[in-house]
Amino acid sequence: MEYPGHIEHHVEVHKFHTGVVTGTVILALVLETFLLVHLRRLDVVELPLLVTIYFGLSRRNASAGLLLGMAIGVAQDSLSHTPLGLYGIAKTVVGFVASSIGARIDVEHPISRFALTLVFFHLHNVVFVLTKRLVLAQHEPFMTTKLVFASLVNAGVAVILFPLLDRFRKPS
Amino acid sequence: MLAIPSRHRSLTLLAVVLGLQLLLLAAQIKREQQVRLIRVWAIECVTPLGRAAAWISDGVYGAWSGYVALWHMRKENVELRAERDQLKMRNAELAGRAAEAERLSALLGFRDAHSEVPMLPARVIGASPDVGSRIVFLSRGSRDGVRRDLGVITPDGVVGKVLAVFPDTSQVLLLSDKESGVGALLATSRTQAPVNGSGEPLLGMEYVSNEVKVEAGEAVLTSGQDRIFPKDLPVGTVLEAKPDRHTGFQQIKVKPAARLDQLEEVLVLLTRQEFAPRKGSDAPGGSPSTPSSNGASNGASSGATARVNPAAPVATPPPARKLPAASAPASGSSGPL
Repeated sequence: MEYPGHIEHHVEVHKFHTGVVTGTVILALVLETFLLVHLRRLDVVELPLLVTIYFGLSRRNASAGLLLGMAIGVAQDSLSHTPLGLYGIAKTVVGFVASSIGARIDVEHPISRFALTLVFFHLHNVVFVLTKRLVLAQHEPFMTTKLVFASLVNAGVAVILFPLLDRFRKPS
Repeated sequence: MLAIPSRHRSLTLLAVVLGLQLLLLAAQIKREQQVRLIRVWAIECVTPLGRAAAWISDGVYGAWSGYVALWHMRKENVELRAERDQLKMRNAELAGRAAEAERLSALLGFRDAHSEVPMLPARVIGASPDVGSRIVFLSRGSRDGVRRDLGVITPDGVVGKVLAVFPDTSQVLLLSDKESGVGALLATSRTQAPVNGSGEPLLGMEYVSNEVKVEAGEAVLTSGQDRIFPKDLPVGTVLEAKPDRHTGFQQIKVKPAARLDQLEEVLVLLTRQEFAPRKGSDAPGGSPSTPSSNGASNGASSGATARVNPAAPVATPPPARKLPAASAPASGSSGPL
């Protein structure tokens, strides 16, 4: 029932074709590994993180977002020498937060995507460093110049990547 | 199945997923102790609970033992105090019995050592309420063979004489009474003189000339002249001797040999037979009731006091014969005291 003056705020939930999510995740992990071998300068780009952010914002389901983040993070751990769960915890949190925010606001605008990616990048780093400090007892800084630069680069890549991934959405 | 509201499902799932990944990390990581982190976490989760449980149990036990159990201990303490008091009384009673047994043993040993002299043991059961008189009551009377004017002694020395006899009890006039006296002599010089009571603890020896040498500590024995006590029984010891120029006689104070203020068991001499001398002693044997040429014996009468006539000549006495000490425990008794 609609009341006079009440504006219903409708947030669209996007769905993807079968296999898109899985394929995108695998592709991101492969590219991350491949690019690091040949183009060391691209090590600042966190493709798995960008994928986690994108699908979290798009699907707007917190449970799905956190599970996807966990899967991507654990997969990333398994491809590196970090203990399983280190990236998993960080990306679980990012996926949950991204899904929660995506369910409330419109994240289609490039500026909002840039800003959100910037924030999530640092959120991911904070959780990652905290986990390292508390669990692994390894001291790492929360903020460095390289991290700031990396966050800006990733935010810029997101502005380009996210519209490309939008093409794989199912028409609503 | 626990119903979780939809708005909390994602948070719950987040917590579960993060927890699982943390456990996964802990299962892989070893810190400097070379122990997997998951073991460290498990132990650190359990040990505080164990410490808390130990603290609680110590507190409960401490409260119990420090307060509740003490309540029972208080009761037990009261009971133990009462038992201790009873045991103290019992101990005192047993000590008294032991002392009595010792005295009786000495008494019976003395009697057995002089079995030729018939003696009747008796217990002192009372004293005269008159402060000025020194009279005690014995547990023996005429039914036991007690008669008037019989001598009463202890192994320590002379006590007194029987004043009155009743069927089951008898009155004894102690040596310290002012109406009492005994024929005595000084052990060293063998000077005969009466010893009289004065109502005081100390006795007085009268009619000893100033010329006679009397020293403190000299023994005073019975002379046998009063026809009550056998000869050479201990009467006392000289405490002091002061010559008196006015009368010509010394004022001699004698401490009684028998403890007249602590009499409990005594011996009643049923005859005036003298005690037989010890083997190896140089004293001559005494004959019972031998009339003495000493006029001092005239002063002794059955009904009057044992005061001696000072004018009677004093014969040279033989050396003093020591009263044998009580030896072995009594082999028999004439009956209960």
